[in-house]
Amino acid sequence: MKITFDWLKDHLKTNLKEKNLLEQLTNIGLEVESVESLSSDNQLFKVAKIIKTEKHPNADRLKVCDVNVGEKELKKVVCGATNASEGLITIYAPPGAIIPKTNTKLEIAKIRGVTSYGMLCSESELNLSDESDGITELSKKYEKNIGKSYFSKSKSNLIDLSITPNRPDCLGVKGIARDLAASGFGRLIASKEKKIKLKSKQTLKVKINKEKGQGCSAFGSCLIKNVKNTESPQWLKDKLISVGQKPISAIVDITNYVMLDINRPLHAYDADKIEKGIIVRNSKSGEEFTALDNKIYKLEKGMCVISDNKGVLGLGGIIGGTRSGTEFDTKNILLESAYFDPRSIRNTAKKLNLDTDAKFRFERGIDPLSIETGLKKAASLIQEICGGEVSKIDIQKIESYKTKIINFDVNSFENIVGFKISEKEIQRILTDLGFIIKKEKNSLKLIVPSWRPDISQQIDIIEELVRISGYDKIKTIDPTKDRSRSTLTQTQRLFHFLQRAIASKGYLETITWSFTDQSYNNHFREAGKEIKIVNPISSELGVLRNSIFSNLIMYMSKNLDRGFKDLSIFEIGPVFTGSKPGEQKTVVCGLSAGKKSRLSWIDKERNIDLFDAKRDVVQTLNEAGYNSDQFFIDSQTPNYYHPGKSGRIFLDHKKDKVAAYFGEIHPNILKKIDIKTENLIGFEIFLENLKLSRKTLKDQKLKFSVSDFQKSERDFAFVVNKDVEAQELISVISNVSPNLISNIKVFDVYEGENIPDNQKSIAISVTIQSSEKTLNDKDLEKINNSIIEEVENKTGAKIRS
Amino acid sequence: MSDLKKIRDEFTSKLKGKLDLAELNQIKSDLFGKNGLVSSQFKKIGNIDVSERKKFASDLNIIKDELHDLINLKINEIEKANINEKLEKEKIDVTLPERSFVRGKIHPVSQTIDEISSIFSEIGFSVEEGPDVENEYNNFTALNTPDNHPARDMHDTFYLDEKKERLLRTHTSPVQIRTMLKDKPPFKIIAPGRTYRSDSDQTHSPMFHQVEGLHIDKNINMGHLKGCLNYFIKEFFEVKKIKMRFRPSHFPFTEPSAEVDIGYEIKDGKIIIGEGDQWLEILGCGMVHPNVLKNVKVDPTKFQGYAFGIGIDRLAMLKYGINDLRAFFDCDYRWLNHFGFDPLDVPTNYRGLSR
Repeated sequence: MKITFDWLKDHLKTNLKEKNLLEQLTNIGLEVESVESLSSDNQLFKVAKIIKTEKHPNADRLKVCDVNVGEKELKKVVCGATNASEGLITIYAPPGAIIPKTNTKLEIAKIRGVTSYGMLCSESELNLSDESDGITELSKKYEKNIGKSYFSKSKSNLIDLSITPNRPDCLGVKGIARDLAASGFGRLIASKEKKIKLKSKQTLKVKINKEKGQGCSAFGSCLIKNVKNTESPQWLKDKLISVGQKPISAIVDITNYVMLDINRPLHAYDADKIEKGIIVRNSKSGEEFTALDNKIYKLEKGMCVISDNKGVLGLGGIIGGTRSGTEFDTKNILLESAYFDPRSIRNTAKKLNLDTDAKFRFERGIDPLSIETGLKKAASLIQEICGGEVSKIDIQKIESYKTKIINFDVNSFENIVGFKISEKEIQRILTDLGFIIKKEKNSLKLIVPSWRPDISQQIDIIEELVRISGYDKIKTIDPTKDRSRSTLTQTQRLFHFLQRAIASKGYLETITWSFTDQSYNNHFREAGKEIKIVNPISSELGVLRNSIFSNLIMYMSKNLDRGFKDLSIFEIGPVFTGSKPGEQKTVVCGLSAGKKSRLSWIDKERNIDLFDAKRDVVQTLNEAGYNSDQFFIDSQTPNYYHPGKSGRIFLDHKKDKVAAYFGEIHPNILKKIDIKTENLIGFEIFLENLKLSRKTLKDQKLKFSVSDFQKSERDFAFVVNKDVEAQELISVISNVSPNLISNIKVFDVYEGENIPDNQKSIAISVTIQSSEKTLNDKDLEKINNSIIEEVENKTGAKIRS
Repeated sequence: MSDLKKIRDEFTSKLKGKLDLAELNQIKSDLFGKNGLVSSQFKKIGNIDVSERKKFASDLNIIKDELHDLINLKINEIEKANINEKLEKEKIDVTLPERSFVRGKIHPVSQTIDEISSIFSEIGFSVEEGPDVENEYNNFTALNTPDNHPARDMHDTFYLDEKKERLLRTHTSPVQIRTMLKDKPPFKIIAPGRTYRSDSDQTHSPMFHQVEGLHIDKNINMGHLKGCLNYFIKEFFEVKKIKMRFRPSHFPFTEPSAEVDIGYEIKDGKIIIGEGDQWLEILGCGMVHPNVLKNVKVDPTKFQGYAFGIGIDRLAMLKYGINDLRAFFDCDYRWLNHFGFDPLDVPTNYRGLSR
């Protein structure tokens, strides 16, 4: 909402300065977004006329214009607008002027070899409108103003306010003045209604159809006959220009002025173009009309339209049509002032993707009792400027406005806000805001002003009171430092632990979007459900991720393209399994590329491999409190891993839920997404699949007991079939004598010479130690033999002699 | 007697010469071996006359110790010389690089979340979470934002179905709803997490992070809200004083509502929080609307309190001088390395938020 202090003063008597005003506006919740100076600088922008245009000698699209700027000599200006033609009256900015839109200072410049003295401006460059197609076109009436400043000499700055959606009343200058006055910033000037003679009857019949979903509940109108539509007088033009509006014609300007002044949107029809009468009704499916934005709209069933016998004239409260629009030669006008239901306005505008000033106001709620005031205010101005006779006002209604009443308990204020104001002050503020107060025994009976659709209960009153009193009066109560519940749950603690445990192993934490590219996602989706976003930001971000890998690989690839070769990144976050709330899992996903050591003077160069990832995962789980001796590992992994070089980890042999996957990313995927690296290894840890220990850290520490008896190490080499896994051997050995075998370590795996083709040799070192005695040779021999026997029997292995 | 002296003189002079380790060992065995010169003297002790025996034994021991020490001294000297010689050869260029190491880092958003949790932990808040996919009811309707409410325009929502029933939450406020529905008051929670709006430009990212705060009890008023946020901002920016401004605003789910600005100034191109005459909007808050409480079956005549929502990414940007929001999610190795935190730097109450 754009206002000036000068305009505010139409409604507000005050001696305070603009600086105070800006502060006060923000203090009462009417946030000042920006203040633009429209005064001195803008005096440079002049009304000018193009006298001659020539094609630019060096550029097809440019023209060289001779422009009359009211000085003796014509100015040469280079211009690219297609509408720059001889005789056009437009706005000229001389060198030194600052273009409002871009905030850049004009200089005399050579454009493709031709010197241009200044510039001809489009409406958008002047912040007059969004119209950037061509330069501003002013009417012939401006001819007499050539050389004069386009903008008025108003000293008032343009103040742009951000009005919250609950305050439609402040979309009118008067509403803002009322709030300011209530807060002690000046006094509200009572509006004087000019008396006009309303002689004749309104002869154009208006009917609101009573039908389901009717979006219009009241339609007020008057006929003004024999007007002479003209250019607006200077004061009105200045007023509109001062808030960045472009004057068009008196009738349009007047309706705009009334709308901006008291937030009462009006619409003027050329009455002679209306066939018989006005019917306000629901649209039929497929009906069409051309709106004032020169676009043809095809309507759906049930939109609120203003129509006549011939068809749709306009969309009520949103936009009028070209068929009945007013022009300079319009003689008789019908002025409309209606009430449209916010919900209906919103639905229609959304479906048609239409956004207009009227729509913006009606969807927030217009004062239903302003129908007559608005008509009278506009009619009297039209009569004053354009002449004509005004008919009596006709108001058709299918519903009447019901006043809202709130019983306000005065004590509730302090209870919510924490400080006290006197009942007298409460009454003063509310009265200033337009409430009518009746004092009752324990409360105030408040009649809510009709322009405040946002107020319906006690808390709304409290808000008004504290807003006007000032938020700075709220006392700061320091928080107490006590805690009755632990800050994090066990799962949350595990989340943070895993996050930092992985990072401590050389991984950079990333945060990527929860959505991803469908084609990348498909590589990692397996049988998972594809979850599409109906309105994605772009087609490359069209689905919720089923795996974090899609994003990690994408960004890994980008980093490799930047020239980094050996990288480890990870993310901890959600992946989605369905489109219902809660159908998501928390995954720690890591990805490493390149070599473990590269160009090292000391270490042997080697590619990163799955055992690096396995170590990171196992160590992390171990650090998080899961005993890796109990892990069960097999090679069943999702299809995005290399089928032979990947594994999954269970926390124990029950194989309940997969704790993690690790392995090489499938070579087909690398090929498809064309990622260039020596090796790409990933892992996923599933947070929800990790059982939470019911024990606290202190309970987890068992009694400290170690054996001081001598320990012996025995090495074994078994030859087994290739498909026998090391884990199997370890498991068999550990079961031979759990009390005596304290450690088992695979220290060599060998295939090749001396070993049959489909077999391999696994060398294992076993540590044997008793907690009761020093084992003698006989004891050790016995265990040795049992180990060999058990392993041979259970795995088909043969001890290598 | 002269035997002993002879042995002593002979070997003392022998030991004065230049000898290697083998020669020394030979001398040692010549003297102290099984049939060594000194050892055999000891065997004689029994045959010596009682009157002289004591003196003989004493002299013999003195000579034995003397020679023994002399030999050991020599051996030590040689060993020392050998080590020194070896050390001379073993010198290595220690300026060669160490074995390579990689440092992992924690993302600044994660670090900031931990900082926030740590601060609120101190004043009794616990952490709650909610799903990223929400239903329309929890995200809007329960929060007093009916479907025709213009405030919905402020939230350009990502939808997952044509009926617009399921969506990516536009704020963390639905966690309020979930928390209050599943439990009974009082409530004192924060809820950090991912939030989504279909907005994408220089200063907007389609995904960002918010932390929601909610404190509902019997007598919680706007003064408590002010105190809580004042405490948080001071702690977060690690400053003693903070210039703060509450100004009226509107959110459908709180009333009265406020936006909070903090004072700042730009000094040498760097933003200084807490001083200066510029204002920076950092959060929205207010007293939870009675309609919201009714929607979650909390009696607004008995319970009341405040809620707030803060942009985490923005806080991180301000505190750590990060200019570009989009970079948070771009995963540029150089950026992550530059703005990331060491995993051992866990923000806690006792050791402080940052180093």
